[in-house]
Amino acid sequence: MAEQDWKTNKGVFAAVSLPTLFWIILFFLVPMAIVWLYSFGENKGLTEIDISGTLDNYKRATEWLYLTIFGKSFAVAALVTLICLIVGFPVAMAITFASEKWRPWLLLGIMLPFWTNLLIRTYALMMLLGTQGFANKGLGALWEGTSWIKTLVGLQPLPTWEPVQLLFNNFAVVFGLVYVHLPFMVLPLYAALDRLDRSLIEASLDLGAGHFRTIMRIVVPLAAPGIVAGVMITLIPALGAYLTPDLMGGTDSQMIANVIERQFKKANDWPFGAALSFLLIYAMFALIAIQSMRKKVPEVG
Amino acid sequence: MALFARTPVAPLEYSRTLWMRLWVGAVMIFLYAPLVVLVIFSFNDSKRNVVWRGFTTKYYEKAMGNDQLVEALLNSLTIAALATIVSLVLGAVAAVMLWRFRFPLKSAIDGTISLPIIVPEICLGVAFLMFFAAVNWPTDLIWPFNLGAITIAHITFCFPFVTMVVRSRLATFNREQEEAAKDLGASEWQVFRDVLIPHIKPALVAGALLSFTLSLDDFVITYFTSGPDTITFPVKVYSMVRFSVTPEVNAASTLLIVLTVALTFVALKLQGVKAIAETH
Repeated sequence: MAEQDWKTNKGVFAAVSLPTLFWIILFFLVPMAIVWLYSFGENKGLTEIDISGTLDNYKRATEWLYLTIFGKSFAVAALVTLICLIVGFPVAMAITFASEKWRPWLLLGIMLPFWTNLLIRTYALMMLLGTQGFANKGLGALWEGTSWIKTLVGLQPLPTWEPVQLLFNNFAVVFGLVYVHLPFMVLPLYAALDRLDRSLIEASLDLGAGHFRTIMRIVVPLAAPGIVAGVMITLIPALGAYLTPDLMGGTDSQMIANVIERQFKKANDWPFGAALSFLLIYAMFALIAIQSMRKKVPEVG
Repeated sequence: MALFARTPVAPLEYSRTLWMRLWVGAVMIFLYAPLVVLVIFSFNDSKRNVVWRGFTTKYYEKAMGNDQLVEALLNSLTIAALATIVSLVLGAVAAVMLWRFRFPLKSAIDGTISLPIIVPEICLGVAFLMFFAAVNWPTDLIWPFNLGAITIAHITFCFPFVTMVVRSRLATFNREQEEAAKDLGASEWQVFRDVLIPHIKPALVAGALLSFTLSLDDFVITYFTSGPDTITFPVKVYSMVRFSVTPEVNAASTLLIVLTVALTFVALKLQGVKAIAETH
């Protein structure tokens, strides 16, 4: 379908473009530009910031402490993405191959938590994971059961159950982020799997490949764009996550967003916070650039 | 192998194999169990959230009697409604611009419009904090004008989603309909109102639902943009969770969950499950 040149209908073009451009420039590009400028500034007194073009903020961001936090945020986000992929892929498969009657309801089942307030979901998980919560009670019951079976077969019983710390540590952060981001992974995976040509899978099965081999050699390569999309959609918000590490993490589970927040709310070091924000944005751009490079490879070959 | 199978399982009926059912069932339990427990314990007659001590609705009364909480909820709903209306207009208009016209710097503008989706929430929050500080945005306005800053921030991250949804719907529009309308004497505005809008209506409903829930859901950006006196529901719940975990928080959360589920079902009534699923 041919697009119309803007000059042929200037009136309509102005009507549709001016509001959009006005908004995106004034309320997105200008605020971002302010952050960018401040990242080259320094604090002069309590409220005054002098934009002097210094690179000190970026230099400070490369200190060992901040590098480890950046590294850790990447590691946590990558781990969360991997777990979401492993857990979500079979779910997406099940939805794709479900009967017409069930498919919409399964999809709705994945989407409803996605629409539920993030804070409420985090809070619900915190209730469950607390030392008095159900997760601990369940583990305790399992422990008692094992102990009982051991005495039955004549072994020493296990020592008495001590509630484990499931909250306020790195485990809780990863668990919480998986909980929050799982729908982000399942939906694009489903979209990709749904478009697959099923006769290819049937052919592979007919020719003697097992189910696992068919999935690895046929389904995964064909659904690769969807898998990459799912990975990006999970990885990017997980990398910038603030609420989950803040509420569910311990003192050592801070991620980069928590450090940025501290510069604005407590440390009152806006220029440094601005520099960290832009480093995070550059990291996102790098990830997206890697993804779009990957897309072009098949066209070349 | 299959659970409840009446006919033999065909090779591609993965969802009918036992392992798949167990896996999907476990994931659903993982997703829903925390929320179900939260809802159940909002009726628990105990200050602490650990042991069941009988049914009560007193925490709902307490939550409804908490003026700050009610005010926060009203603020959140007002912001979400305003943000949704503006986002729908801006998003639809931007989608039409990108779909219909060829113009200089198009790919750059296209990329910029989808940037607010990609930029981490925390960075957007920081940007609005600095922006409103730099322009000396007044913080002592009367309601509802005191919600202006938050609403502006919400529109910025909501409308690109509307653009995305509307654009994919526009891709299926048959241009000949537009030409036919023009041949029959319709003006640009009439074509837009009577031909284009009815076609993109499902996308507008989906976009409205998306904007409303995104706005209602947002904590991080609001946390940075809200002045000392403007509080929204997530910000209030956040401070309550930080301070202490009480059944009052459960009650307030349950009310919001019910609202979300109700909104979803309204959308389902308007659209059907399939259409909603496809727009995502």
